[in-house]
Amino acid sequence: MDWRDRVQVKIALPKGELQERTAALMGKAGFAIDEYSEGSRSYRPQCEEYPGLFTKVFQEKDIAIQLAIGNYDLGICRLDWVEELLVKYHSDALVKIADLGYGKRSLYAAVAGSSGEESLESLRSRSESLRIVSEYPNLSESFALKQRLRRFQIFPAWGAVGVYPPENADMAVMTETSPDWLRVQGLVPVASILESSACLVANRNSLERKDLSRLLSTISSIRIGKQRDKSAAGVELEADLQRSSMEQPVISIALPDGHQRPHTVDFLNRAGLEVDGYNTGKMGNRPRIALDGVMVKVVRPQDMPLHVANGNFDLAVTGRDWLLDHRFRFPSSPVEELLELGFGRVRIVAVVTQDMPVSSTADLRKLNRTSALRVASEYTNIADKYVNDNHLTPCKIIPTWGASEAFLPEDADVLIENTETGSTIAKHKLKIIDTLFESCACLIGSPNTLKRPDKSEKASQIIDIIRRGLEPRPVT
Amino acid sequence: MKVSRCKGTRDLMPQDMARFRKIEAEIRNCCLGWGYREVRTPVLEYLHLFTSAGTLSPDMLGRVYSFLDWDGWSGERVVLRPDGTIPIARLYVENFQDTPITRLFYVENMFAFEGTGEESRERWQCGAELIGGSKPEGDVELISLALEALGTMGIDRTEIRLAHAGLLKTFFEGLGFSGEEEAAFLDQVFSGNLDVLGDLRERSPEAEKQLQLLFNLKGSTPGFVENIKSVFSSSVSGLEPSLKELARIARMLTGLGFDYQIDFASGRNFEYYTGIIFGFYTGERRLGGGGRYDELIPLVGGKDMRASGFALYLDELMNLIEEPAERERILVRVKNEEGLKDCLEAARLLRDAGYIVEFDLGVEEAVGFRWVVDMRCSEGTEIIDQVSGEKSLSASPDELLKWIGETECR
Repeated sequence: MDWRDRVQVKIALPKGELQERTAALMGKAGFAIDEYSEGSRSYRPQCEEYPGLFTKVFQEKDIAIQLAIGNYDLGICRLDWVEELLVKYHSDALVKIADLGYGKRSLYAAVAGSSGEESLESLRSRSESLRIVSEYPNLSESFALKQRLRRFQIFPAWGAVGVYPPENADMAVMTETSPDWLRVQGLVPVASILESSACLVANRNSLERKDLSRLLSTISSIRIGKQRDKSAAGVELEADLQRSSMEQPVISIALPDGHQRPHTVDFLNRAGLEVDGYNTGKMGNRPRIALDGVMVKVVRPQDMPLHVANGNFDLAVTGRDWLLDHRFRFPSSPVEELLELGFGRVRIVAVVTQDMPVSSTADLRKLNRTSALRVASEYTNIADKYVNDNHLTPCKIIPTWGASEAFLPEDADVLIENTETGSTIAKHKLKIIDTLFESCACLIGSPNTLKRPDKSEKASQIIDIIRRGLEPRPVT
Repeated sequence: MKVSRCKGTRDLMPQDMARFRKIEAEIRNCCLGWGYREVRTPVLEYLHLFTSAGTLSPDMLGRVYSFLDWDGWSGERVVLRPDGTIPIARLYVENFQDTPITRLFYVENMFAFEGTGEESRERWQCGAELIGGSKPEGDVELISLALEALGTMGIDRTEIRLAHAGLLKTFFEGLGFSGEEEAAFLDQVFSGNLDVLGDLRERSPEAEKQLQLLFNLKGSTPGFVENIKSVFSSSVSGLEPSLKELARIARMLTGLGFDYQIDFASGRNFEYYTGIIFGFYTGERRLGGGGRYDELIPLVGGKDMRASGFALYLDELMNLIEEPAERERILVRVKNEEGLKDCLEAARLLRDAGYIVEFDLGVEEAVGFRWVVDMRCSEGTEIIDQVSGEKSLSASPDELLKWIGETECR
């Protein structure tokens, strides 16, 4: 029997922060789910007590979208992600059923403690544009409009937003468990935008037409014990470490967090650059580099091209994939590849399930379809270009926020993804039908910034030093 | 797969366009006659034009179509214009600042999201703006112009409703709200939600009573304004200048023989207005409105310049006017390739005389045509008047035109 015939109810469960508590909740509700724990890599954990329940594990941000589309009947994610979707796309497809009480966080608008603009009044009367960086661009925009801010720019980010102010953005709109945790990062809240915790959400159509009562009655009534939030007391002020030593950096550099971090460390060491605290993360996201007038911050590689184009950072180490994703969306954006660094080589590929009867993009075009082709990707602009270049219409691009392999086959038909060896793809019973391009780590910069008289000399000096990492170290 | 129209949009069909063009023509004609010059601003504007004016409510801005352009890497959003006056203010500041009085008008579409998808998210407006005039005579000029335009379309029974933004603001200022609270409260009241007055009760029962009274009183004479003055001036300070202005406009309108109603609750959605606000109604249908916006020009970066204006809503007016009569139509039947030149010449002659001429491409039925001109016979051109059934054979195009003219008059 096909899995589709067995399924009665579909639920989307969160990865990451809420995962452990959600697993506990489901267990207590009598729906213990195998292989749904932090270490497990299964995207479709099973529930023995309820064989008709189909579960899938998503990034929280994807869950609200999946429910709104109607791919899932129920989902659990933090309320802020639901509001982030609804504030921009007024939809009645999502119904908030119950606040589950755990994973509490507040969404703050925060500025650097040293900025002198620590009140909403001063932000409103500001004459220049306010640069806002956030994982919640829609809530940020709505906040800025409500506060009648005269002029603002919103930089959507994948993460690490707390590290941007004051040098690389004026305001971060971000969640924390308490204002104390903002203070640890050298930030002060100017407004608390939203209180949120894990909540049970349902698709309205499912609620009206399907029997979800087994899950609804139990999940919404159960409360799991309060989680003790980590206290910020006694934690040192990270930002001060950096700020006390440097007020006005000449050049600011962005280095990647995540799995590119160790490779970048090796590369910089080869170039003879020590970045104190980058490898260990002990200085927060502001490690120190032994070059005068140079400031380093650790941010998400996805976010770098946008910030370099806008002069928020002067140089950045990111992947060519993210540079191209940015350039496809904004062809005239002033950001370019300065050096190919060579590490982190991946292929950007189009992927389908192994049982789909296609072996190339041309086959995909010829495929007889009754509904729009669903193409999921973290690289929405690369995916969009792939679809247009290959005349794959009609088509829907589904943005994802990680763990994209999980989308096939139920929630997408094609995936645009990066792969190093292809083994993860094979493991998930998927196959590659096309290679779009090859990517590796590169140093990016903006021609506008590099031309500036106050920056050009120092920048070329740094580029020369970084270039040394390309050659094997000479034998001494 | 069926390709359907975008949710919240409408197609304007030929009969709609005939009405649309008639309204547009009448308004254009009136505005040009009063010395207003036509301009057209782009559909795309920067979002910050509307946020920096600081005058559109967050609710309105939350429904704006905004997006990043292909060169929007700086995060600079563009919008499909949600309002006509603010772009005109920008255009004025860029081009006309040194002229003491500028009269401009436009016919443009505005865009705002509307959730149900049942109402159109695109709306057409014709607006006139008088920039540089600070006197109430300017406001009266605009009201007269709007009524004249409505009159030429055959809409006679237009009711004018007057309110005063300055007066309402003075009222709210006296309530002791913080800047943020006052803005939020005003947004609610002026987007038509008078329920918030209930929330005011706890805070200041006296103020709530006075506002309820103000919103419930309606009058149609200059004397009414005097009454308002006596009722409120002892308890609310600072109302004098607004009431004086309102009284003056009321006197002028009475003098001109216009019917009007002073109704403070009609001053909704006023956004950037600072003085008199007027609305044009037929029954409960709002056909347009306008008012004085003395602070807008400086807010978008211009000099301290007073201004007022109005807009008429074309989508509403299209429901009210009769479909204009169509010109008479003639169907011409063509012989073959060789005869084409003669046919075209004859057709041109008829078009020049004001008729609509269509060629029969072999599939046309002669329905809806007053005359059928058949140029296929060798003896000459056969004409049939489909109303009387009369037939004639003419030798030349001039003869043809003459016969058509004669039968039309019969």
